[in-house]
Amino acid sequence: MLGDAKGFRRMPGDKVQPVIEFARNVRLWFEPQEIREEGDTPDYRFSLANERTFLAWLRTAMALIGGGFAVDQFLPDLRWAWRVGLALALLGAGVLCSLRAVNHWMRCERAMRRGEDLPVSRFPALLSLVVAVVAVAMVVVVLVGWEG
Amino acid sequence: MRTAAAEERDPGLQPERTRLAWRRTTLAATVAAVLAMKTALHGGVSAASVVTCALICALWLTFLFLAHHRIRSLAATPVPRALAPRHATAAILCTAAMAACGAALVL
Repeated sequence: MLGDAKGFRRMPGDKVQPVIEFARNVRLWFEPQEIREEGDTPDYRFSLANERTFLAWLRTAMALIGGGFAVDQFLPDLRWAWRVGLALALLGAGVLCSLRAVNHWMRCERAMRRGEDLPVSRFPALLSLVVAVVAVAMVVVVLVGWEG
Repeated sequence: MRTAAAEERDPGLQPERTRLAWRRTTLAATVAAVLAMKTALHGGVSAASVVTCALICALWLTFLFLAHHRIRSLAATPVPRALAPRHATAAILCTAAMAACGAALVL
């Protein structure tokens, strides 16, 4: 589920499990009543903190999308393939980040209602790796692009 | 639990912080939308670029409306309800649609 870890050991047959859970979560995005039927309503402050975390991830997604536009606009000397590739990578990362933001928010909300531990995730590590790779690629591309 | 939370002072000013988080996010959306429109109008004004601009404006307005709605509902009561999943989904769909516009413009 977009890199969300659910334990490190996984049986071969368990590959379908995250897909099913993701599909169920997508259904819950549009069915707010169902989430209210589950467990107890947590202290409103926890819900608001969860909401702010969601918004922070959404801003990250918007910054990635803005970065995609910026690459397209402010690096006009680059070769077409590099420019479009970098811009699309950033836009794609933004979309992934926003989808994951709502999914993670939902999982946290449900975990709080049920009194379970909050879900852990590999996504922040993955995203930071992607951002690092894109940053290095941009430095290389700008240097090479201005040489030739 | 709800009434107890309502009676005690909230030292963290949680609803206000959440309102400000929505404002910041709207600001980020504005920056992304402005960059998107700059990209759209870069190659000169054509029918396609004007339509894309209008679409981006509509997405930005939708996000603004969502944020404003949530800010008002947070300010209305001392113990606000949790964010509705539909609301959150609408917010990310605006963002994803803006990225889709971007992909169409870049290609």
